[in-house]
Amino acid sequence: MTEAFRPLGGKLLTRHFYFMGVLVLICGYFLVRRFVFGIGDVSHLSDGFPWGLWITYDVVTGTAIACGGYAMALLVYVFNRGQFHPMIRVALLTSVFGYTLAGASIVVDVGRYWQLYNVFLPQYINLNSVMLEVALCVTLYTLVLWIEFSPAILEAMKANRLLRFMRHILFFFIGVGILLPTMHQSSLGSLLLIAGYKVHDLWQTTIIPLLFLITAITMGYGIVVFESLYASVNLGRKLETPMLAKISAIIPWLLGAYLVLRIGDLFLTGNIRAIAEPGFEPWLFLVEIALFVFAIVTLADKYHRTRPTILFWSSLAVVLGGALYRFDAFMIAFDPGPGWHYFPSVGEMSITLGIVAFEIMAYLFFVKKTPIMATEH
Amino acid sequence: MNIDRRQFFKVMAAGSAVAVGASPVQARPCKTLPPDAIGILYDANLCIGCKACEHACKDANDMPISGNGPIDQAHGVQGAWDGDDDLNGRTMNKIKAYVAEGSRTALEDPDASFIKRACMHCIDPDCVSACPVSALTKDTFTGIVSYNPDACIGCRYCQLACPFNIPKFQYDKTFPQIVKCQMCAPRIAEGEIPACCDACPTGASLFGRVEDLRVEGHRRLAMQPGERVEFPLNQLGGKTREAEAKKYLPHLYGETESGGTQYLMVAGVPFEELGMPPVGDESRARLSETLQHTLYKGMVAPGLLLGGLVYAAYQHTKEDREDHPEHETSLTDERDPKPESRDD
Repeated sequence: MTEAFRPLGGKLLTRHFYFMGVLVLICGYFLVRRFVFGIGDVSHLSDGFPWGLWITYDVVTGTAIACGGYAMALLVYVFNRGQFHPMIRVALLTSVFGYTLAGASIVVDVGRYWQLYNVFLPQYINLNSVMLEVALCVTLYTLVLWIEFSPAILEAMKANRLLRFMRHILFFFIGVGILLPTMHQSSLGSLLLIAGYKVHDLWQTTIIPLLFLITAITMGYGIVVFESLYASVNLGRKLETPMLAKISAIIPWLLGAYLVLRIGDLFLTGNIRAIAEPGFEPWLFLVEIALFVFAIVTLADKYHRTRPTILFWSSLAVVLGGALYRFDAFMIAFDPGPGWHYFPSVGEMSITLGIVAFEIMAYLFFVKKTPIMATEH
Repeated sequence: MNIDRRQFFKVMAAGSAVAVGASPVQARPCKTLPPDAIGILYDANLCIGCKACEHACKDANDMPISGNGPIDQAHGVQGAWDGDDDLNGRTMNKIKAYVAEGSRTALEDPDASFIKRACMHCIDPDCVSACPVSALTKDTFTGIVSYNPDACIGCRYCQLACPFNIPKFQYDKTFPQIVKCQMCAPRIAEGEIPACCDACPTGASLFGRVEDLRVEGHRRLAMQPGERVEFPLNQLGGKTREAEAKKYLPHLYGETESGGTQYLMVAGVPFEELGMPPVGDESRARLSETLQHTLYKGMVAPGLLLGGLVYAAYQHTKEDREDHPEHETSLTDERDPKPESRDD
């Protein structure tokens, strides 16, 4: 594992970069309003829908998309697939920003943000709360991610002494960095258990932590493949197809296990009858399943896996399927009772878009200025 | 600051909880009613919809009256029409009228009924289980579920968790709080009874010990429609009034709902029609906590997992720990000598 990682170099202030900058400025405007006039001023959140786009996308879906680092670490350090080591830094990079910005977006979403540190105070913590576990794990994992990512920054700074020290202790943080997502990605699903009947029968199940964990890991591999293809095309690099083909070979197994568990559980609990009920929820469920089945069918074939176009669409299907699963459970199929409706406001969407834009800007900055991408051989 | 040993251990415990994320607590049994728990019995058949309880509630809790802009302006008054149609960040207690479909007014409908909505003070409250910072707590003696704004971070997980949709949030405020009925805990501490029960002229809101209220509730369910019966006013064991019993449906709402609540209700109309949500007989908190604490029981599973993961990472990063001066900064080495030599 002695790949050479190099900064890509090149112009940073491109047209795309300015466009992202504009999105960030719009986001800034709504952020100011949110902190001056309150959450109700910019969002459609209500007492029936206390959680909307911000939690569903920025935290629940965003951190799952940011599971690339976790999924790759599992592969490289647990299953000892050192051949994938060249991809670990770029996967870590997206994880670092995904989690850091999810953490930042919590400050926006939470009503009494100036008291957030109460989560760490022994006199306040509630060990029965799933939310506490998620909050502590996500905070700690964000720190661990920065530590795991620090060699890239230290290399860029040429801080050799510190770099050597980091190399000796990093294995411990790698271990912690695999445990924490295993815990909180499953707990993100457990958050919904207590909501009971408000979560639609097709999504409310006691095995929801397992389902969230499997889809998070799968989305992690999906995003690594998707991002690599996307970056190769847009940053003018050689396609890493052979490696991507090997990574994507894992996906059908994970999704297959997920589908067996998900559908088997629906039959065992009898909740499958909800599929025949009127409304759009059964259709959402079917779209989720269809996206996953599409990815399974295409990626199960060895020949298909070596074709970039197919890899692109099936990895996208994996990420979208996982995202839809989370959106359905937390937002779309969520029903607190008659009279409550929710659709995100322009302000909410602008803030979320701005956060994503900032993430992309940071990604571009880091791949161009610090050693993230492995050298092509 | 002087840190004694106990405090040190507390901090250490919290530290290790931070490190591993959950606690070594076992799956727990159902929670039971504290013996001296107090509550409220609401009788929809006695309620005349006068909203004296709402007014008294706002007064006792210092909550703002919500204006009705256009009407206020037209009449040059303010706050004369407290027009909110449901519980919200200004309202902890709400009387609602339910009229059968097809009838335009309550007068047209012989089966019309009122219903009072407020915190149910569950015996095993989902909100208390959900809150990460213990901002919602259940009193061990009175069983009152109260809110502490100094702890609250405003995550609104309590709103998601509550099966009765009770906790409300001040979305319109820069520095918002959660708002919900706390059964006038400060008044009770001074020997008084909740403001709503105090203000109720008909005895529809009745204060008392939950066990006694359950007995009183079942007495009403057994009443024959049309007979003249004594109804206690304000609180059990105090003044009474005589009235004609109306038809009750045989359901003491809150006796079993969500593991039981300290706010009980009787009515002549099915509770589903009165807008009470479809909660089961078991609190969701029990399921959620049991699952969570089974996974993290004694932190054994995560601990073992961590050990295994750190060992694996140690094994598979050997090369990183070897000091290659030429690898100190990868900017200096031009080519990777052995890209995939050690695999498959």
